[in-house]
This record gives sequence, C-alpha cells and structure tokens, in this order.
Amino acid sequence: MAAPLVLVVLAAVTVRAALFRSSLAAFIAERVEVVSPLSAWKRVVEGLALLDLGVSPYSGAIFHETPLIIYLFHFLIEYAELVFMITDVLTAVALYLAVQDFNKVVFKKQKLLIELDKYAPDVAELIQTPMDMHYIPLKVALFYLLNPYTVMSCVAKSTCAINNSVIAFFILATIKGSAFLSAVFLALATYQSLYPLTLFAPALLYLLQRQFIPIKLKSKSFWLYTMQYASLYLCSLVVIICLSFFLLNSWDFIPSVYGFILSVPDLTPNIGLFWYFFAEMFEHFSLFFVCVFQINVFFYTIPLAIKLKEHPVFFMFVQIAIISIFKSYPTVGDVALYMAFLPVWSHLYRFLRNIFILSCVLIFCSFLFPVLWHLWIYAGSANSNFYYAITLTFNIGQILLISDYFYAFLRREYYLTHGLHLTRQDGTEAMLVLK
Amino acid sequence: RGMAAAALLLLLLVAGPGPRRAGAGRERRDALREELLLSPLPTGDVAATFQFRTRWDADLQQGAVSHYRLFPKALGRLVAALGVRELHLALTQGFWRTRFWGQPPLQAPAGAELWVWFQPTVTDVDKAWKELSNILSGIFCASLNFIDSTNTVTPTASFKPLGLANGTDHHLLRYAVLPREVVCTENLTPWKKLLPCGSKAGLAVLLKAERLFHSSYHSQAVHIRPVCRDASCLAVSWELRQTLTVVFDVFSSGQGKKDWSLFKMFSRTLTDACPLASQSKVYVDISPKNKEKELLEVTPPPTSVHEAVVQGDKKTYAVYDLLSPSLFNTSRSLNVQLKWKRPQDSSEMPIPVLHAQRYVGGYGLQTGEICTLIYNTHPYRAFPVILLETVPWYLRLYVHTLTIITKGKENKPSYIHYQPAQDRRRPHLLEMLIQLPANSVTKITIQFERALLKWTEYPPDPNHGFYVGSSVLSALVPSVIAMKDVDMEQSPLFTSLFPSSDGSSYFVRLYTEPLLVNLPTPDFSMPYNVICLTCTVVAVCYGSFYNLLTRTFHVEEPSRGGLAKRLANVIRKFRGVPPL
Repeated sequence: MAAPLVLVVLAAVTVRAALFRSSLAAFIAERVEVVSPLSAWKRVVEGLALLDLGVSPYSGAIFHETPLIIYLFHFLIEYAELVFMITDVLTAVALYLAVQDFNKVVFKKQKLLIELDKYAPDVAELIQTPMDMHYIPLKVALFYLLNPYTVMSCVAKSTCAINNSVIAFFILATIKGSAFLSAVFLALATYQSLYPLTLFAPALLYLLQRQFIPIKLKSKSFWLYTMQYASLYLCSLVVIICLSFFLLNSWDFIPSVYGFILSVPDLTPNIGLFWYFFAEMFEHFSLFFVCVFQINVFFYTIPLAIKLKEHPVFFMFVQIAIISIFKSYPTVGDVALYMAFLPVWSHLYRFLRNIFILSCVLIFCSFLFPVLWHLWIYAGSANSNFYYAITLTFNIGQILLISDYFYAFLRREYYLTHGLHLTRQDGTEAMLVLK
Repeated sequence: RGMAAAALLLLLLVAGPGPRRAGAGRERRDALREELLLSPLPTGDVAATFQFRTRWDADLQQGAVSHYRLFPKALGRLVAALGVRELHLALTQGFWRTRFWGQPPLQAPAGAELWVWFQPTVTDVDKAWKELSNILSGIFCASLNFIDSTNTVTPTASFKPLGLANGTDHHLLRYAVLPREVVCTENLTPWKKLLPCGSKAGLAVLLKAERLFHSSYHSQAVHIRPVCRDASCLAVSWELRQTLTVVFDVFSSGQGKKDWSLFKMFSRTLTDACPLASQSKVYVDISPKNKEKELLEVTPPPTSVHEAVVQGDKKTYAVYDLLSPSLFNTSRSLNVQLKWKRPQDSSEMPIPVLHAQRYVGGYGLQTGEICTLIYNTHPYRAFPVILLETVPWYLRLYVHTLTIITKGKENKPSYIHYQPAQDRRRPHLLEMLIQLPANSVTKITIQFERALLKWTEYPPDPNHGFYVGSSVLSALVPSVIAMKDVDMEQSPLFTSLFPSSDGSSYFVRLYTEPLLVNLPTPDFSMPYNVICLTCTVVAVCYGSFYNLLTRTFHVEEPSRGGLAKRLANVIRKFRGVPPL
C-alpha cells in the first residue's frame, strides 16, 4: 500500500512545484476564492514586515493570523513553498492512515453486528467487504492531493492548508484512540480558526465508543470520560493561548483574530454567504444577523450528535462540511478537506439522488467564479450581483450534496436493519419515504 | 466757568489718547500689517498673495482677556478656551503646479486642511480636537465637522510648530485633511469678516468673490501662533495671519494677454490703506529672470525698491507703500500695472529645486498602486525630505510592497514611521525621511487593496470615487545664495512665515496631487433581495437537515385516496379504463 501512496505524493509534489515556478502562481495567489483575509499569504508577509518595522502586526486591520503562524514563519519564511507542500503531503498521509484505521474499525463493527444478527438477511450486497475497502485510503489521499482546490490553495500559499493539516492530525489521533493527542490537536485547530470547536462532540462520541462506554446521560463513566476529555482540551487551549501571549507580550491577538472571525468587519468577497449579506444589511440589524449567522454554524452539533451517535465519523464529516460552508471566510481549501472524505462513503453511491446535477453545479460554479469576478472588477460590464449569484448557487450545491449524502447514509442504515427488498402488507413492492 | 470747562475739555482731550499708548496698562498693544505680493509666474499667469497679520501683545492663555480690538474675538476665545497653541487652517480650491509656477510661498492641499498643536495642559486632546473642528466649521461655514478619527492622524516628524515651542510631544499634534471639501463664496465671507477693516478699506477691497473664484488656484488660510514679543523673548505675543493666495490664469482671466493690472485681476483698484493698519504695502516681483535686464515694467512708479533673498534666490521687489502720502497725490486710486517690454522666451522656464507628483497605478477594482515621484533638480546638492502620506482605511496599504528607487537603485529611508489603519477607525499614516541625491528622480511605490464597504458607507455618487488627501513633503532645500536672519518686524510678511534655522537652506512644504480612487460597489437597489436570497440558502440547509434529523424512514402505506386520486378514478370509470 505504501508504494502507490508514494507515487501519488510524488505526482502531487510535481504538480505543485511546476505551478510554483510558472506565472500562474501570482495569479492564483490573489484569487479571492482561494485566499481570504484570514488566510492570505500576502497578509502573513505584511504581518512579518510590520514586526520588522517595530509595529505590532495586530495594531492594524491587515493581519489576522495567530501568533503561532508568526512564530512558524519567522524562521521558515525562506522555505515557504516547501512548507506548504510538506503540509499538504502530511495532511494526505494523516488522512490515509486515519481512513485505513477507520476501515478496520468499520469492518470489525460490521462483523460484530452480523454475528449478533442485527442485520436483515437479504442485505449481503450492502455489506462492505475488505476488497472494496482496500483502495479507499489511497483514494482519499488522491482526492485530497490532486483536488484542484487543494492544488490552488497550496500554490497560493494559503494558511488554510495548515488548518487542514491540524484537523487531519486531529482526525488521525481520534481514530487511533489517543484522547490526549486528539484533545491537543483539537485545541490547536480551535486556536487556529475557532470553528473546529464543534468537532469536540464527534470526537468525544468516537472515543466513548472506542472505550465501550455507553452513551447514557445517567451513566457515571460517561460523565467521567467527558470531563477528562473536556479538561484535556481546555487545558491545552489555555496553554496555547498563554504561549501566544508571551510571544508578543500582549493580548492584542484575541480581538484581531477571534473578534475578527466572529464580527466579520471585512467584507472582501469570497465564496461564502457573509460578505454580500453584510454589505447590504441595514445598519440597525447588523449585530442581530451576525449573531444569527454565527450561531448557525454551531447549532447543528447537538441535533446531529443525537441522531448520529452511533456513527461519529460520519458526524465528523457532516460537521466539517457545515463549517466549510457557513464559516465567516470560507475558501476552496476548506471545501477540499471535506471532499477528501467522499471516497469513504462511496458505498452510498447507489442511494444518492442528485449526485450528477450537484457535481455539475459545483464544477460549473467553480469555472464561473473567476469569469464573473473578472467581469465585475476588471471589465466593469457586470456588477456584484453576478458574483453573488454564483456564490449562492455554489453554496446551495454544497448544501444539497451534504444533505444527499446524509440521506443516503440514513437510508442505507434503514435497509441494513430492515432488509433490502421491502414489501408492503399486501406483498407488493414498497416505497420508502421520510415521514 | 467757561474757562474751567474749556480747560477740563482740553485735559480730557490730552488725556484721552494717552491710555492707548500706555502699553502695559489695562489694554494690550495690537498691530495690523497688511501686504499684497504680486508675482508673475513663468507660464504667463500671475499669483497674488494677500497677508494680513495681527500681532497682539497679550497672553491669551492666562488671564481673562475681555477687550478685543484688532484680534477677532471668535478666534481669541477659541484659543483660550480649548488650549490651542498653534492653529493652521487652509481652504483651497485647485492645485499649485510647482513644476511650472515655481516654489510656492505657502502651499495648501486641495480641500480643507487643519493642523493644530495643543498646549501641554490639555488632558483630552481628541475631545478638544473634535470640539475645535466643530467650532471652526461654524465660524468658516465649511464642513469641518466631517473631521473625525477616520481622517485624523498624529504625524511625528512633519509638522513641527511654526511658533514658539517649549517641547514637542507629538501627541499634542493633530492633522486632518478633507480633500473633497469645496471652497466657495460662503467660506470667503466669514474669512473676510475676521479682518479688522473687513472688506471695506485697505487691501481687502480687492477681495471680491466673482473674480477670486474665477482662477486656477484659490487658497485662503488662517494661522495662529505664539511669537516672541521682542528680541529677548521674555514675553509671548499672539500672531494671527490670514493669507489668501490666488493665481489668475492668462487664458481665462487674462484673455490671452500677459499684461496684468489690479483692475484686470480684481476688477477693483486700491483707494486707501486700512486706517487700523500700521503698515500697508504692495510688493511686485520684478526680479530679472535669467540674469537679463528687467523685462517687466510696472506703472505707476513704485515708492521704493526692496531686495531680499527669498527661497534661496535673490529677488527684487517694487514696493508701493499705501501709507505714504505721495502715493495718492496724482490719482485717487492705485492701479498697479505690469507690462512686459519684449516677449519672453518661454523655453527657459526655471525649474524649482524640489517638486513632486503623485498618481495611482494599476487597473481594475481589486488592487492598485500609489506612485510618488520626487524630483531634486539641484545640480550638486543632496538633501533629505520628509514624506507624509495619509491614506484612508479602505485602501489597505501593504507596507512590505513599499519600494523607493532612485537612479535605478534601491534607496532605503533613514526613518520610517508607519501606523497601520484600523477599519472604520483610523487611517494609514506613513512618514519617511528620504535622502534625495543631487539631480535625481525618486520613485516611491506602495501597493494597496480596495475594500468593499457597507452600502451605507458610500457617498451619494459612489462611482465618482473616493479622494485620497495630498501627501506632504517637508524639506530644507539648500539655497543658492546665503540668507540673512529675518527680523520678524522689519521684513516683508512673505519672508517670515517659516522660521529659518540657518542661512544656507530654506524651509519648503509641498503638497502633491490628491488622488481619486474607485472602489467596487455593491448593488444599492438590492438590500431586501439579498437578505431574502441569502436567508433562503440558509433555510434550504436548515430545512434539509431538519427533515433528515427529525424524520425517520417508513414503508409507504398505500394511501386510501387523496382527493386527486379519487377524482381521477371517477374520470377513469367514465372512460372505461381500469382505476389507479
């Protein structure tokens, strides 16, 4: 299994190196779909230049990266391209190992449920075999490394790649079962971009499942483990934030990074929904809608936790997707992260209803983004509504993709327990509806 | 009894004017000097600079001063109440073309510019600044109330005090420029009202709005500063200078002919001096250009000829003293006329030692570049210049893209002070000390990104663009001829505004062009539509997830019949087709 992975990695590195050396690198680096005010490389360089001038990078409104990035790139600024390529490779390797482990877990669980006769008799074609699952980790690594979104993010040197890498390591640590490492990486991911806070729930559910602790609210062991994990997480977060304080001897980074993420003052266009909404918002309601949109990212966690408590990894996938769609400054790098997981659910393909239309929508929108941007900003023959329309379409495409996968997942679970060939009471073929 | 009354009257008459000359008694001495400088410019235009200087030997800071004579009460009360040490306000329309017109005696940027030094006793400088700009807005009928934290900066090196100063803590300095401000008659009228004689006598009778605003450049300014009362500098006097510079264009005002006269410029002539003025003079610059004999002839013959070294050059002025009795002997009015003896070669235009220009580079509405070109045309002397740029927050400057290139090589500034902007709170401030080598062009470029603003933050005409205020260049330019120390009381007013530190260089403050930059605009007709559409997308997600989370799969029960199905079955029975 290692050799094909190495080949994929080599191909990915070659593509990235070729693009770094070409003239496309400068063009990609200023595309608003690929970089956002939170992750642009130009702003990292600006922050470091401000530090050289003796001015705190957080005294202005340009630099919104965490002090960890300052620390990292203070030493590695010469090798930035190498750093980003290595980050991508590390993410892919982490996802590869995580999915490999996850497949083993899935297979074991499946075997257990078959032996316990929890499955209906005629669902043989729905059971995943090791042969099917053999190539999934490689496909995941391939999907991540050769996804055009990832390649563009890497060539643009967007720090989103670093965030993705931290989340990938968090997933690897969680699936391997190490609560400590999982808490540390989750704290790091939250510190970097705040929204991975919601991944606490799926990680906790997975670890509880792995420890065979039943998820009952009255159970003492459940609360004990939850407290342990939560305290590990909070302590790591506090340690990381205090270390950041000591880097520049001020708390300025908190309003500059987290205040910026939450209050969305910068309305630079991106692929998300926030910018135009707040550009056209009546001033009176601005605070209200900022709160509504931010709550929207966090509030799917509890219902999803209740519904998907038996399937925490799918929960994690849906949660990552929701973060990528509804975060305040999304970029295509965030989209690439959850798309890397799609091969893991390839067995759901037969239950997906709209996959063709949705993939067409996503591909067409990706091509139309730069076209309509050019028409608005450079040619002057379109206005902001055109770009906004593509934003809406792209986001609807993503939302329907995720809900399609969710539907397919739930449907397969129903068939597994109730049988594939359903009959009605009078013996005729039955339809399945959601009621 | 008549004799006693006459003696009493005589006593009163003699004693009457006494207290006014007493000086250190209850009333303070104040003096007005007025002056007009006419300088023909190399391109055929003519520049007229009026200066009205009121000096008052009183200390406005301590002691309640209640009797105002020449010094306007509005400004005196302002200085006393808000703890102002120096105030400089300029309202300008047009742009002084340094390259073609030469070094300006006193330049101001287009729009409104206000810079103030506060006394160290002022505790809340920002509050005092806000109050000051509002009060000045009322006095001068200008929209100075738009001055707020988004266009105010605190320069550290550029605007040193021009009057007496004990120490210079730059936290007491505030500078703001409103490039969009328009100057018109309603700003001129309150400015004229501050003059002791108003516009009724003296040089101010020439200030008629219909001619003054039909010009290439019109700048009116008010400068208040403390000065030494005498050579020992033991006491402080307050000086108010009101200056007005106007440049008349040879084609629009001069009908294409280069011969100028007071009547042609102002449609008025001078009839007398202001009775309250202690000095009232008209200076005409008759310096020979290119070391030739005088080409310029002035009529009537001047009272005297004055020679001075001004801005590093030896200059000759024809002086008309309006207070000398011989001036109005032959005619009741004075109409100074400038005639050229023979056509001047326009090929030999002298180039000023320091001039600059600024423009925006780049295309599209995403990024851009501010380029400033500074020219040092001195053949062998290099000198440093301080450049101050104030850029609004919505043009996000990237200081790592700042490049300064002189003669093809990089030129590192010896001092940089950069204060980045905060969104909607303060602008960018960039101050640099750059060494200009002799006979060189220095190009300074910095890239910026254009922000998308909220729809309510755009002005009524958003596609007109946003103005970026002029950048300020302050330099001590080496002079060709050594200059003597200037005695404030004896020399003409136009030589004594800027303090000179030594005779080998003179202080010059130049302003570059203001910039007009377009920003990307949202569609202003769409707020409700955008809110609805975006909330629809969020609702699609919410709806799909709600369905999937709260509903479960069921085998579909055959529905006994909806209304449509029953109706369809009825129709089928009629047709004879089997029912659904």
